[in-house]
Amino acid sequence: MSTPAIDAYQTGRRPTWCPGCGNFGIWIALKNALAKLRIPPHEAFLVYGIGCHGNMYDWMKTYGFVGLHGRGLPVAQGAKLANHKLKVIAIAGDGDSLGEGGNHFLHAAKRNPDITIIIHDNEVYALTTGQASPTAKAGFKTKSTPGGVTDEPLNPLVLGIGAGATFVARGFSGDIPGLTNLITAAIEHKGFSVVDVLQPCISFDKVHTYNWYRERVYQLDSAYLPNNKLKALEKALEWGDKIPLGIFYQEDRPTSEDREPALTGRTLIEQPLEVAGWDHLLSEFI
Amino acid sequence: MASGTMLAKTFSRLGYHILVTNEYPSLIRGGHNVVTIRIATEKFASLDHNLHILVALNQETIDLHKNELSRGSVIIFDPHDGKPQESDFKEKSSKLLSIPLTDLVTKHRGDPVMRNTVALGATLALLGADFAKLSQVITDQFGRKGQEVVGHNLAIAQEGYDYVKHNFAEFNSFYLDKPGKMVRQLIVNGSEAVGLGAVRAGLKFAAIYPMTPINALITFLADHAKDFGIIYKQPEDEIAGINMALGASVAGARSMVATSGGGFALMVEGLALSGMIEAPLVVDMGMRVGPATGMPTYTEQGELQFMIRAGHGEFPRIILAPGDAEEAYQLTFEAFNLADKYQIPVIMLTDKYLNESQWCVPESVFTDQVEIDRGKLITREPPGEFKRYRLDVPDGVSDRTLPGLPNGLFFANSYEHDETGQLATKGDQRKAMADKRLRKFKAIEKAGKAPAVLGLDDSEITFVSWGSTKGIILEAIKLLAQKGKKARLIHFSWLYPFPREAQKILSSDSRLILVEQNATGQLGQLVREATGIEIREKLLKYDGQPFFPEEIVKKVTQ
Repeated sequence: MSTPAIDAYQTGRRPTWCPGCGNFGIWIALKNALAKLRIPPHEAFLVYGIGCHGNMYDWMKTYGFVGLHGRGLPVAQGAKLANHKLKVIAIAGDGDSLGEGGNHFLHAAKRNPDITIIIHDNEVYALTTGQASPTAKAGFKTKSTPGGVTDEPLNPLVLGIGAGATFVARGFSGDIPGLTNLITAAIEHKGFSVVDVLQPCISFDKVHTYNWYRERVYQLDSAYLPNNKLKALEKALEWGDKIPLGIFYQEDRPTSEDREPALTGRTLIEQPLEVAGWDHLLSEFI
Repeated sequence: MASGTMLAKTFSRLGYHILVTNEYPSLIRGGHNVVTIRIATEKFASLDHNLHILVALNQETIDLHKNELSRGSVIIFDPHDGKPQESDFKEKSSKLLSIPLTDLVTKHRGDPVMRNTVALGATLALLGADFAKLSQVITDQFGRKGQEVVGHNLAIAQEGYDYVKHNFAEFNSFYLDKPGKMVRQLIVNGSEAVGLGAVRAGLKFAAIYPMTPINALITFLADHAKDFGIIYKQPEDEIAGINMALGASVAGARSMVATSGGGFALMVEGLALSGMIEAPLVVDMGMRVGPATGMPTYTEQGELQFMIRAGHGEFPRIILAPGDAEEAYQLTFEAFNLADKYQIPVIMLTDKYLNESQWCVPESVFTDQVEIDRGKLITREPPGEFKRYRLDVPDGVSDRTLPGLPNGLFFANSYEHDETGQLATKGDQRKAMADKRLRKFKAIEKAGKAPAVLGLDDSEITFVSWGSTKGIILEAIKLLAQKGKKARLIHFSWLYPFPREAQKILSSDSRLILVEQNATGQLGQLVREATGIEIREKLLKYDGQPFFPEEIVKKVTQ
C-alpha cells in the first residue's frame, strides 16, 4: 500500500481548538505517524477521553470511540482484545487519564496491552476553563488553585515506568518532527506505549508557553540507553531548567493479547459463535 | 459445598429431583455455614420447612436448627463435639445417631475437613441408596487429582456408609421410594446456568470484578475460556469492567458484565454510555441485601427500581428476571439476542438465592435448538455512504459495522451526535437522535413477554411476583391446594418495559397478593405506574432469607 495522504485522516470538519493550541501539533504528528506507518483510516481504532484533546475526533477520520471522561483505556483494551488486528490508540488528557482515570492507567500499564496512549499534558483542565490538573506543579495558580497548587504533581512517566508500561516517552507539541518520530515508535512498539506530550494551553496557562518549554527541553542523546528502569526513573524525575524529551524506557514483554489462549491464530470476533463440544460441557454438570 | 454437590449429583443420577441451598456469613473461615438439600421423587420448586436429617458438625448446629426438625427426624453428630441427649428432642421424637466422624477420618489420616465425606456416606446409607452411584460421583469429582485422591475419598465415604449399615441397620424411616421416570439432569447453580446461556449465545468477552453472588460465573467462564474461545478479563473495578465490555462490543464481540448492587452503582455511568452509543451489552445483576455493603451473602430483590432508573439521561433498556436455573439459562441466551437486536443494554436481575443454589434441570432444556440473531450487524464492507446512526429507521435501530471494515467508519460517541456519530449540537439534530433512540422502546414493548400465569384461571387467590420467588410460591400453591384453596401465580420474568398484556391479566376479581423479597414492594410500584392497579395486599420479606412456602400459606390463611 502506498503512504496515505495526510488528508485521508481528515473528516472535513474544522478544528475548534484555540488558534495556537498545543493540540494542533499533536494532531499533526499523529496523522504523520499513521501515514508513515501506512495505517489506513479503517484499520485504526482511536479512543478519546473527554477534554479539549478529545474533541480531536470530530476532525480525525478513523474508526472512533469517544468515551467517558477518564474511561478511554478500558474501552481501548476491550476493543483490542476483541479485534487485535486493529491499531488501537487512546487519545487522552492529563486530567482525563491521571485524575478520573488514574486507576485505569496503572492497570493498563500492568497488563501491557498493545495500545498506545498519547497524553495531552498541559497541567490544566482547559475544557472547563482552567482548573489545575494532576500534573500541575506546586505553586501553579489556576481557577481552582488561586493561591497556587499545594500538592505534589503526578509524573506520567514515573507512573508508567513503575506500573509496568513497556514503552515510556515524552514529547513536545512544539516539535512536530520529533513528536512524529516518537508517536511512530510508540505505535510500532508491541506493548503498552505511553507518550506524554508537553503542550502549552494558550488560554488558561500564561506560564508554560511555547517559549517557556523551548528554553528548557532537550533531546535524550544516543548515550542514553532506555533499557534500565532505575535510570529511566532518574531521568523522568528531571524537571526544571532542563526537561528531557525522548524514549525513557522500553522493553519487550508479552502483551495482554499474547497471553490470551483464545487469541492464538485468530481474533476474538473471528471465532465461531456456535459452541463445539456442547454435550461434553453439559456432562460436567451431570 | 463439594459434599452437597456430590450428594445432589448422586441422587440426580438416580433420577430424583434435587435443590441445594447454602447459607454462610461473609467470612472465609468459621462462622455458621449451612448446606440444605431437598431430595424428592417428584418435581418440586423450593425447599420446605421439613428438616428430616440434620448433619451437625458441631454443637452450635444442633442448637441453631433443633427447632426446624420435623417429627421423627434424625441428627447425625460426632460424640467428640458434644453430648446431646435424646430427651432434649422428645417433643419431635428425634433420633440421635452418634457417628465418630473424626475417628473415622483419622483412621485414614484424612484432613479434619473430610468429616463431611464421612457424613456424606452416612447420609447415603440413611436414605437407602447403593454406594455405587456415590462412588462414581466421587471418582468423577476427584478424577483430575489422580487415583490416590479418589481412593482416599472413597475409603472415607465408605466408612460413613458402613458405619450406618452396621450400627443402625434397623433404621429405615428415610429410605427413599424409587423415583418416577428417569431423566438425565444437570445440577447447576444459577450463575452456571447464566454462564451456559451466555456461552450458547456466543459470548466472547466478559469483564467481571469479583463480587458475591456472581463469583461462580467468573469461575465458570475462566475455566472454560480456552475451550470456547472466550476472554474473561478481571478488571481493576466495575467501571473498567463495563467500559472494557463496551469496547469489545463496539468492536463486534458479544460482551457481558456481572456484578451486584454496589458494583452496578459504579457501572451506572457506563450503562448510560451503552444507551448513548447504542452498543449491545448484557448485564447479570445479582442482587443481595443492601444498601451499601449490606449483608453480602444473603438474598434480596431490592434493585428493580434501581435498574429501571439507573443512568443519566433517557435511553431504552430491557430488564429480565429469571425465576429458576432453567429460566436463567434461557433468558441469558435471549438477552444476547435482544441486546444485539435493539443495540441496547439488557439487564438480568438474578439474586443470591438463585445464583448460589444448585438446581436440577433436565438436560433437554440445554439441547433445544437455538438461533443466534445478531440483528443489524454488517460484517462486509457496506456499499455506498454508511451512516451508523441512520435516522430513517422505524424501530430506531440502525445498521452497525465492524471496525476494521473499509467504508464502514463511524464514531461511537458519548456526545450527542449526528448520523455518522459526529458532534451534533443543534436542537433539531438532538431531538431527532433522542427520538430515534427512544423509538426502540415501542419496538421492544411489542416484543415484550407477558407474565406467565401459573395455575387455574378461577383461582380465588392470585400471587403477583417476579424472579426467584417463583418456585417458592408454586410450592405454596401446592400446600394451599391441600387445604382446598385455589391459588395461582402471575410470574414476571420480563419486567421492563412493562409488558402491556399484564394489564388485562392483572385486572381480575381474584384476590391479588404481591410477594416480593424487599421492603417496599418494587414490582407493586411498577405495576401501579404502568397500569394504575394498586395491589394492596403485600407479603414482603427482607431479612436476607428466602421465603419458605409455609410463610406464604400462613399469610393467606390467617
